[in-house]
Amino acid sequence: MSAALKLDPPNDPRDRGGPAQPLLLVENLKKYFPVRGGLLNRQVATVQAVDGVSFRVHKGETLGIVGESGCGKSTTARLLMRLMTPDEGSVVFDGDPVGDRHGISVSEMRRQMQMVFQDSYSSLNPRMTMAESIAYAPRMHGVGRNEAFERAERLLNRVGLNPALHARRYPHEMSGGQRQRVNIARALALEPRMVILDEAVAALDKSVEAQVLNLLTDLKQSLNLTYLFISHDLNVVEYMSDRVMVMYLGRVVETGPVESIYRHPRHPYTRALFASKPTLDPDRRTQEMPLTGDPPNPISPPSGCRFRTRCAFAQAICAEKSPALAEPLAGMPEPSHLVACHLPEAQAARVAAHA
Amino acid sequence: MSDLVLEAGAKPAKAEAPELPAATAPGYWKSVAGRLLRDKVTMTVTVILLGILFITLGAPLVTHLDPYHGSVLTRLKPIGTPGHWLGTDETGRDLWTRLCYGGRLSLLAAIMPVTISLVVGGFLGILAGYVGGTMGTIVMRTMDVFYAFPSILLAIAICGLLGNGLSNSIIALAVVFIPPMVRVAETVTTQARGLDFVEAARASGSTTLQIIRYHVLANVLGPIMVYATSLISVSIILSAGLSFLGLGVTPPEPEWGLMLNSLRQAIYVQPYVAALPGVMIFATSMCFNLMADGFRSAMDVRLNK
Repeated sequence: MSAALKLDPPNDPRDRGGPAQPLLLVENLKKYFPVRGGLLNRQVATVQAVDGVSFRVHKGETLGIVGESGCGKSTTARLLMRLMTPDEGSVVFDGDPVGDRHGISVSEMRRQMQMVFQDSYSSLNPRMTMAESIAYAPRMHGVGRNEAFERAERLLNRVGLNPALHARRYPHEMSGGQRQRVNIARALALEPRMVILDEAVAALDKSVEAQVLNLLTDLKQSLNLTYLFISHDLNVVEYMSDRVMVMYLGRVVETGPVESIYRHPRHPYTRALFASKPTLDPDRRTQEMPLTGDPPNPISPPSGCRFRTRCAFAQAICAEKSPALAEPLAGMPEPSHLVACHLPEAQAARVAAHA
Repeated sequence: MSDLVLEAGAKPAKAEAPELPAATAPGYWKSVAGRLLRDKVTMTVTVILLGILFITLGAPLVTHLDPYHGSVLTRLKPIGTPGHWLGTDETGRDLWTRLCYGGRLSLLAAIMPVTISLVVGGFLGILAGYVGGTMGTIVMRTMDVFYAFPSILLAIAICGLLGNGLSNSIIALAVVFIPPMVRVAETVTTQARGLDFVEAARASGSTTLQIIRYHVLANVLGPIMVYATSLISVSIILSAGLSFLGLGVTPPEPEWGLMLNSLRQAIYVQPYVAALPGVMIFATSMCFNLMADGFRSAMDVRLNK
């Protein structure tokens, strides 16, 4: 599904640059974690969790981020929310650099961008009721107590929970789906323009997941939100996103519109990822080559292209230079579909058998 | 983004009760109180402690004799003597009266140091645990230096520095108890800090102090209070020990540890009478300990997902 691009209404006072300006512009984000060991706990190595990630999110769209565990998706989300400080790189929110003297401060950015976490239980304070959890953020920002609680009850209604039943409940008395709805309501309490959903539906049963996804879609349209949807579930990302970004070991390997990525994946890793989707349909067969080699160590990643140790097409140039995200070298060019690969033959689009 | 207007037909939030009963479960602290009230051991112990509190604070009500004066003619009478049902001490003062009045100073010496260390140590520990980093390391390593001393030796050293008297022994004990309190507070706070909801609170843009007040404190005070309650029993014994060594309360003030000291010589003459202050120390200490256990079980219930 790809919804038409929704634009901020012209009278949104917070819009600063119109529909052409990306809401989020991330450039060269890097985060390295030190590995300490040996005598005196010195730093012996680094985990390059996020290594030069750049992308942009346009107003009103949903950007999906996919990748295996450990590819740096969640770290990227936390870097965007400044729950960790990046070692390098810049984040520009609607034209204003975040954390810069000339731009907006981190707390101002946090009023416009919020996050929903994966574990619905640990994201809620076990000693606070649902209404208190939702009303907490507005109260901290100066909204009066009664008004904050009224807003909390309206939000509970909005996400499909009856406030008379659920407002004074504690997290341990609710199911996972209900808690995740409360998490969504809490993220909306500050009226953000953008919501980062970090594996928000990963811990839910399939039926509940479907309900929550539909709720998210509904909220996006009615409240004019922009989403950054992080997931490892390819089907869910395909359903929710307008554009998709594929990450591997801290780098972006491919990005583009969702149909383009899913129907004509160019990067060998993306193709292998889609080929790994299990299916019971005997007519769906893939001719994609399986991934070879060992999953590499994030502490000492391969030089040059990170994927080369598992790529069937790897050549000498792949070890020397890291490929930059660029227009595809093979097949028909698609608008804004970028691939990070040196070799045209590796990018040669094989149409994965697709329903 | 427009204001969150209710959809047409959605019920206004507070207007009416729905068809189902508004099921609101009791809050966390209420459920803790409920579990405590059902715990027989804790309730018994609390009643005993309240009884001890009554006879010490209301000592003039339960005895009309003077704890400071006695006749040498009636010294070291055994238990059951008419007029002195628990006997007399080595200068003839009625033991029951001395125990009652002595409880005031003993309980004061037990509770005050713990309260002081709870406030000071708890604050330091929570701050060190939440902020972490260099400041946290400085605080924790400083505490480790004090922690390395055996508590009674440290108390004696500080009392020796400050001098005799109840207030000095209270200060000394408070200093002795601050390092373990800081350690417990820091551990619990570090655990709470890593939880997702604290990160979510940071992501919503609240300041450090707000997060500590609303999110960390409620989750951290439980274990800290349990530890503090168990420290009370240690404090009674330590303060009794200090008085026994002559460093705390001075005669003729009644205080259980001091009474143990002065009745030491009488142990071959009237062993049961000489042991009575020790029995009171033991009973009070045990009761606080059991109460701490009860608190810990009441608060430790696994909240199921």
